[in-house]
Order: sequence, then C-alpha cells, then structure tokens
Amino acid sequence: MSIASTIKAFTLWDFVKAHALTLKYFFKPKATINYPFEKQALSPRFRGEHALRRYPNGEERCIACKLCEAVCPAMCIVIEAEPREDGSRRTTRYDIDMTKCIFCGYCQEACPVDAIVMGPNYEYSVETREELFYDKQKLLDNGDRWETVLQANIAADAQYR
Amino acid sequence: MTEWFQGTLGYGFGWFVATLILILMIALPLMLSVAMIIYADRKIWAAMALRRGPNVVGPFGLLQSFADGLKVYLKETIIPSSANRGLFILAPILTFTVALIGWAVIPFGPKMVLADINVGLLYLLAVSSLSVYGVIIAGWASNSKYPFYSALRAAAQMVSYEVSVGFVLISVILWAGTFNLSGIIEAQRGHIFGFINGFGLNPLLFPMAVIFLISSMAETARAPFDLTEAESELVAGFQTEYSSMSFALFWLGEYGNVLLMCALNATLFWGGWLPPLDWGPLYAVPGIVWLFAKIFGFFFIFSWVKATVPRYRYDQLMRLGWKIFLPISLFWVFLVSGYLMVTRYGAFS
Repeated sequence: MSIASTIKAFTLWDFVKAHALTLKYFFKPKATINYPFEKQALSPRFRGEHALRRYPNGEERCIACKLCEAVCPAMCIVIEAEPREDGSRRTTRYDIDMTKCIFCGYCQEACPVDAIVMGPNYEYSVETREELFYDKQKLLDNGDRWETVLQANIAADAQYR
Repeated sequence: MTEWFQGTLGYGFGWFVATLILILMIALPLMLSVAMIIYADRKIWAAMALRRGPNVVGPFGLLQSFADGLKVYLKETIIPSSANRGLFILAPILTFTVALIGWAVIPFGPKMVLADINVGLLYLLAVSSLSVYGVIIAGWASNSKYPFYSALRAAAQMVSYEVSVGFVLISVILWAGTFNLSGIIEAQRGHIFGFINGFGLNPLLFPMAVIFLISSMAETARAPFDLTEAESELVAGFQTEYSSMSFALFWLGEYGNVLLMCALNATLFWGGWLPPLDWGPLYAVPGIVWLFAKIFGFFFIFSWVKATVPRYRYDQLMRLGWKIFLPISLFWVFLVSGYLMVTRYGAFS
C-alpha cells in the first residue's frame, strides 16, 4: 500500500465520497412515477390487452381468415368459423388464452381487416385463472370500450406501416 | 413522583408502581419511535435510490409501519416441528427485552433517567453483549441450516466488534472519570474551548467516535455488516423460520437496538441531552429534544450508510474488526491515557 492509499484508507476517503454522492441523490427529484395516481405515457404501438373491433355500423370486422391463429407463436388463439344466415363468413368462436399470450403483436400484424388489435389497457388483473380465458364476447366488449383510443392509435401508426 | 406514590401506597408497593409507570413512559414512546423510525428508514433508502418509499397508508405513508404491524399480527405463528420449542419462542422475547432494558440508563435530560446507576456504561456493555444471544438461540433452535449459519456468523461478528467497542468506551471513561452516563454527559459540558459540548470534536476522541459509530453498526448487524441476515446467501438468516409476532419482535428488537446504539453514540461523544453549544438560550429547549435530534441524526447516518455501502464479505468483516479497529483503539487508549497522565495528573511535572 502506498502512502496516499494508506491516508485515503484511514480518512475513509472512499466512504466519504460515496456518501456525498448518495446525499446528492437524496435531494434529487424522484424518478418513480406514483403509479396508481400517475401513469406513464403510452406509445400508440403499446401492446396491451386484446380487443376485437367492429365497423362503425356495428358489423364485426373479423372475417375468420384464421391468419392470427396461424401466426400466433404461443398458439393461444382458437377460432371456429361457419357461414352466417346471410352467407358471410364469420367466427362462431374466438378465444384467446391470456395466460398463454406472449404479447408479441403478431396477430395484430397479421390481421387484414384490423379486427384483432392490442389496446392500451394493461390493468386487467383478475382473481381467478378462468377469467383470463377470453371469449369472443369479452373481446368484442373490449373493442367497444376502447374503440376511440384504438382508432386514434391505428391512425397515428398508419404512416409507418 | 416516586415519593408521592410511596406516601400513598406504602414504601415498597409505591416504589413498584412509580417505577412501572416510569418504565412505561420510556417503553411506549420507544415503541412508537421504533415504528416511525422503520418508516423513516424506508423513506431515506427510497430517496437515495430516487424512489418514493411508502406513501399510501396515511398522510405521506406515516401509518405504514402500523399497517405492517397489523398484518404481521394477523398471521399464523408457525413453529417448525423439528425446532426446539422453548428456545424457539424464547429467542425473539430475549432480543426484544434486551433492546428495551438498555434504555434504563440513558439520561433523557438532567435527572431524567430511570436508573442512575454508577456502572451505567458497564451495564450497557453487558446488555449489548446479551443481545447476541437472541440471534444465536434463534439460529440454533430453528434446527435449520441457514439460521444456524447466521447464528455462527452473529456470534463471531458481535464478539469481534465488542472488543474494540470496549476500548472506545475505556477512552471515554478515562476522559470523563466516571461510568455513570449522567456524569459522562456532565463531563462533556463546554468540553471544546469552553463552549462546544461533546467529546466528539476533541481531536483525540474523534477517531474513537468514528470507530464507535462503525462498530455500533456492526453490533446491531446493520447494513454493511448485515451478514447475519444476508438475504442473498442465507434467506433471512436467523429469522428464516419465524413468522407472525415472533418475527415482529425480532424486527422491533433490531430497530430498538439501533435506536439504543444511536442514543449511545449521542450520549458518549456528542453531549447527549446537552445542546451542541454551551450557551444559555439553547438550554431553553428541553434536553430530551436535543437528545432526540441527535438520535435521529445518527439514525440518518445509519440509513445513509445502508443506502450507500455494499455488504462486507465475511473475511473483510473479521479483518476490519481484529486487524484494524482493535489495534487502532488499543493504541488510542494508550494515547488518551498518556495525554491525561501528562495534562491532568502531571506525570512528568
């Protein structure tokens, strides 16, 4: 040990410097967002809870092409389809197992009619596992609830697609 | 007060009732301050990590500790079937009791001390040595490997730092000329240039004050020396098998010990209940306020260190205790006693 390092060791120089640094941080503004009361701004591309959208006239967008089901790497989407009375091809079943979903967003990318989208909602925690097995009705309800935001997000992101 | 109770209730019983009331007058505010100090601790770490800390329960999160206490109270007390039942239950009680009884000799103001005994400092040394038993008994009685490692570490750690603490206390006692804590505080009145109270700024005693501060962190197993509950290695150390109120008692005892050590730092080196300067108007503030301010100042340092310094490795801990603190404090006892022999007792005149 050199003389300088001995003096440093006995005057606790490193500790004094470290404590000065932490004291400086003590008075800095907090970096934490006060979560339930304040929220982080979200990108239009944010991949949150899924939603099935409708056309403005109330007709559901999904045409049961099953591209999302095919592309889903976690295989969490199950679709069954049948022709409706008017002859159009529609889903009879559209389930997403949210416990399997990895939120990659491929379903949204694959969808030719912007029916399945991932919305900005991330506060959908539930108390039982069963509640996370979303069916078609739940997804359509999500779409109805978030339509305004979803539309704005898709419009904001359209120029990059 | 004691006389009044003795007059109305008879000599022995009156003394008993009066002492009981005095004990409660110390213990209850102490419990309250432990709760608040846990909150302060969390807030200070949080602020140094740029976080907010508890801020939801009550105004500014002030009631967080009480919410935690209630939660812990409502949990089930689990006693492992292979544990030594009697000792397992005894350990947290012992830790908690030892953390409380030390306060008996701490003076809160002029004449404001529960037990104004002559050997106050020896009593405190004994009490702080006893506090290791709670940890050792808990670790052994749990009959589980991590608590046992923790107990072994605690035993070695606290013994090593007790030695240098002893030498620090000796140099203070030499200077004050008494073991009585009230006497030690009186000896610090106007110690520097006749108007600064406290031994701390005395160049001969300042290194001792620093060693005592660091050793008291090691004694209470606080942050850089918290090897007994190193959660990355030992789960929760000696508390691993504890739950519910037995865990809460450890928690309270630990912080009670921290507060006691802060009070001791304040009392031995920074003038206890004396104001920082020996100046008339400052004495208008009650001594207990000065003591509390000093205790909180030291507690801030404790939290500050916890937020700053990473945990020591075990061999580093032992090296610091035996190869650095012990020689320095031993040499300093020699230095202090030599200085006092020359100046106070006229060794060479």
